[in-house]
Amino acid sequence: MIEFLRRFFGQPGSSATAKERLRLVLMTDHLELAPEMIDTMKRELVDVISRYVEVDREKIDVTFERQDRTLAMLANIPILSVNRPSENGDAGKHGNGKVEIAPPVAEPVSSAQPKPGAETKPPARKRRRRKKAGRAAPAGAAAAAT
Amino acid sequence: MHQLQSDDHAVGGDTPAAENVEAKDVKLGRSIVLTSGKGGVGKTTTTANLGTALAARGARVVMIDADIGLRNLDIVLGLENRVRHHLLDVLEERVEIDDALVADKRSEHLFLLAAAQAREKEDVETAKMQALVTKLRERFDYVLIDSPAGIEQGFKNAVAGADEAIVVCTPEVAAVRDVDRVVGLLGNRFRPQLIINRLRPQLVRKGKMLSVDDVNAILRLPLLGVIADEPEIIVTTNKGEPLALRTATPTGAAYHAIAARVAGDDVAAPMPAAAKVSLFERLGSMFSGARR
Repeated sequence: MIEFLRRFFGQPGSSATAKERLRLVLMTDHLELAPEMIDTMKRELVDVISRYVEVDREKIDVTFERQDRTLAMLANIPILSVNRPSENGDAGKHGNGKVEIAPPVAEPVSSAQPKPGAETKPPARKRRRRKKAGRAAPAGAAAAAT
Repeated sequence: MHQLQSDDHAVGGDTPAAENVEAKDVKLGRSIVLTSGKGGVGKTTTTANLGTALAARGARVVMIDADIGLRNLDIVLGLENRVRHHLLDVLEERVEIDDALVADKRSEHLFLLAAAQAREKEDVETAKMQALVTKLRERFDYVLIDSPAGIEQGFKNAVAGADEAIVVCTPEVAAVRDVDRVVGLLGNRFRPQLIINRLRPQLVRKGKMLSVDDVNAILRLPLLGVIADEPEIIVTTNKGEPLALRTATPTGAAYHAIAARVAGDDVAAPMPAAAKVSLFERLGSMFSGARR
């Protein structure tokens, strides 16, 4: 019943769609890069960061904002763990959500061996551990907008 | 596109006129271009109303229709039957400025320099346009230049003589994108200010139209004011009587507030009154979290 009323009254406004389309179109306008180039850039950026920390690839949000007459790239990259995937021999697994999640203090980053059984942890536990990196301040000013 | 990119810095010419206005010649009026990139957002209507409102304040105002080939400003002002000569007649020195200036019906301070209808935008020499605007600034407090849509030669000519810019934007994705582009082309020299036109508060409240904040979160420009999408604007345009003549109407008053802000008065940017919330909608908002 509630669901029916919600659908009856509360059709979501299209202004949110307009806002999102505008955001995306201006991002490409300002960068003068094709959308697929931006995707490639994001992917490579995350690849680099993934060498140092475990990030949640599904939740990455990279945007470009005009600040005065320059562009700033804003990246919100949730960190799953500060383990260094490439150093513990699990390089092939990072990014698919199967890497062991452990609090940074509990396990020295230099320790090479993942604990046996760690990978069978239920996904729910991983969720709880996730740390949000917050909106990183301008990660780098790209080309001037003009 | 590449051509335009390389020309970006050249828009507006090379004269460092902006600095001279305040510093050197006190008598020189202000030259303001009204532009938008996208067509149909209300540049001409805004120019007519702003000019009318500024003249009503006692300022001497001349409006230049820089939309060569698509002359419209005379229609909006109801002056189409008085146009004898046009901008290109003046630029090409066939007539004196005074022969081409059309006096407004209602205000003795307000004049129009009409566009040529049977010519093309490329016929205008940018340097001559600059020189003309400078000449007019010696005689008028405000030179308002109604730019054509687009970012090509017509836009560049319109911008050439201006020191300031007012960008007109409607709450639509395409219009905001185009204003964003135009502001990028203008650069900082023009200190662009924003008029949001054709806002429908009812739709904004229902989440069906971009709000003033949505638009300016992207454009980040000083806001001169917001004009509602009112049927009376169509009526007044039909009649050739700018709505700014009717100061009693909310929209007419809004144009006067914008004019006051342009003149430097410390008044709030006009906003259309928020539409009333119906009981039906109030019920609806109980079930939908999307509303504010």
